[in-house]
Amino acid sequence: MTIKTDTKKQMLIKAVVIGVSAGGFKALHRILPLFDNSFPIPVMIVQHRKAENDSFFVNSLKEKCHIHVEEAIDKTRIAQGRIYIAPGGYHLLVEKDLSLALSVDSPVCYCRPSIDVLFESAADAFGPNIIGIILTGANADGANGIKAIKSSGGITIVQNPKTADVDYMPLAAIKTNAVDHILELDEIPRFVNNLVIGSN
Amino acid sequence: MENEDIEIKLVLKAIQLKHGYDFSNYATASMKRRLKKNLEEAGLKTMSEMIPLIIYDKEFFNLFLHNLSVNVTEMFRDPPFFLSIRRQVIPYLKTYPFIKIWAAGSSTGEEVYSLAILLKEEGISEKCIIYATDFNENVLEIARKGIYPAQDIRKHTTNYQQAGGKESFVSYYHADYNSVIFDNSLKNNIVFANHNLVTDGVFGEMNIIICRNVLIYFNKKLQDQVLYLFNESLRINGFLCLGSRETLDFSPNASLYIPVNKNLKIYQKKKSNLSTGSRSI
Ligand SMILES: C[S@@+](CC[C@H](N)C(=O)[O-])C[C@H]1O[C@@H](n2cnc3c(N)ncnc32)[C@H](O)[C@@H]1O
Repeated sequence: MTIKTDTKKQMLIKAVVIGVSAGGFKALHRILPLFDNSFPIPVMIVQHRKAENDSFFVNSLKEKCHIHVEEAIDKTRIAQGRIYIAPGGYHLLVEKDLSLALSVDSPVCYCRPSIDVLFESAADAFGPNIIGIILTGANADGANGIKAIKSSGGITIVQNPKTADVDYMPLAAIKTNAVDHILELDEIPRFVNNLVIGSN
Repeated sequence: MENEDIEIKLVLKAIQLKHGYDFSNYATASMKRRLKKNLEEAGLKTMSEMIPLIIYDKEFFNLFLHNLSVNVTEMFRDPPFFLSIRRQVIPYLKTYPFIKIWAAGSSTGEEVYSLAILLKEEGISEKCIIYATDFNENVLEIARKGIYPAQDIRKHTTNYQQAGGKESFVSYYHADYNSVIFDNSLKNNIVFANHNLVTDGVFGEMNIIICRNVLIYFNKKLQDQVLYLFNESLRINGFLCLGSRETLDFSPNASLYIPVNKNLKIYQKKKSNLSTGSRSI
């Protein structure tokens, strides 16, 4: 476990990216409603799933969350305090002009959308001003993404694999040695809030 | 600007100067990913090392170009879209004596054969012509043949049924072990042609333009330019169809259209823009 003790110069946090796979429906429904509608920055999420049950998943989150939730549309200018979810069947990327882009490039780790694709592009676009979070999942997707966020100076968080529904994805992320914080699912919203509020 | 971004600009410039393909206004983030993948596969370290290969090594360039292009498609992709074309667009067009359809960026042709099947079932094939265009000669060649891997047919059959198909899907193709070949008669009203959306212009006045999952590869500027080209190519009351996660909303032309189906990104042109003047049909 590599909890940072040094008080690294407080970086302005401008965005949060979350990657989650198996068990994600439950996990996201647990944490996203805990962010209140004054949350000041955008959140981009990749949840692995079949393209077919898209509207159900997104609508259900819309109902439960205080923050505006939407499925990402190509070329949308990223707005503050919104949650953008990658549509099934498309990779979600962040452009340097801080707009969203979609692609149907080949799957990464058998996945489209892929967490690596979102995280790597977001690391490129936001540099050190970003938090990357990996939650439950049965796939190694996201590990490279965590590395990318770490090496551009961002903050990386992983759900405690011991208590995650499926530990494979958190473990794969931790193995990269690029993880700053390992947290219980329920602790994540407050932790992120503090980082974000503290920095903004 | 970061070094790598400088190098990418130079790589794209080399492609354009040497081979004529202009990728400079493609969406950056996904282009960068594809370039990086090429770099790794070629065992090179920096983007600029690809420049001499792009200029001098024909074999490298062909593979490189192949890797840069994204051609995934399927028959009746997004079945609700085809259902909506059937129910909301075709009835409107049935009154026309002649119907021109442009499928832009039609890749290996699955989308076009889907359309041809739909038109046939709606009884209007005879008065339709479909222009199926792409800038990639390899995918056009596959499209012309209409032969596809047998393993996809299951997915295609399900899609066809969900899209409101009226017949049995097998009646449209002949299958052998590895592949299916679509009925030649479906090609009667299809014209396959090479057309580059970046550099080529208007070639006709269309009643429908279908361009799905192509604009996502372009940056905002190029998207606007291509949407302008589509607007010039579309008749008043013609239909413009985009991919399900693309939108006309951010384009300066948006006000010329009304959504026929907002979710499925089917729009109808209601006004000409000023430069073309209004034209009645
Ligand atoms: C992802 S495929 C979309 C296929 C199909 N329309 C669909 O939605 O299933 C994108 C296609 O756009 C084509 N394309 C990319 N840039 C283009 C350009 N400048 N001009 C014409 N076609 C282009 C590619 O060659 C590729 O076949």
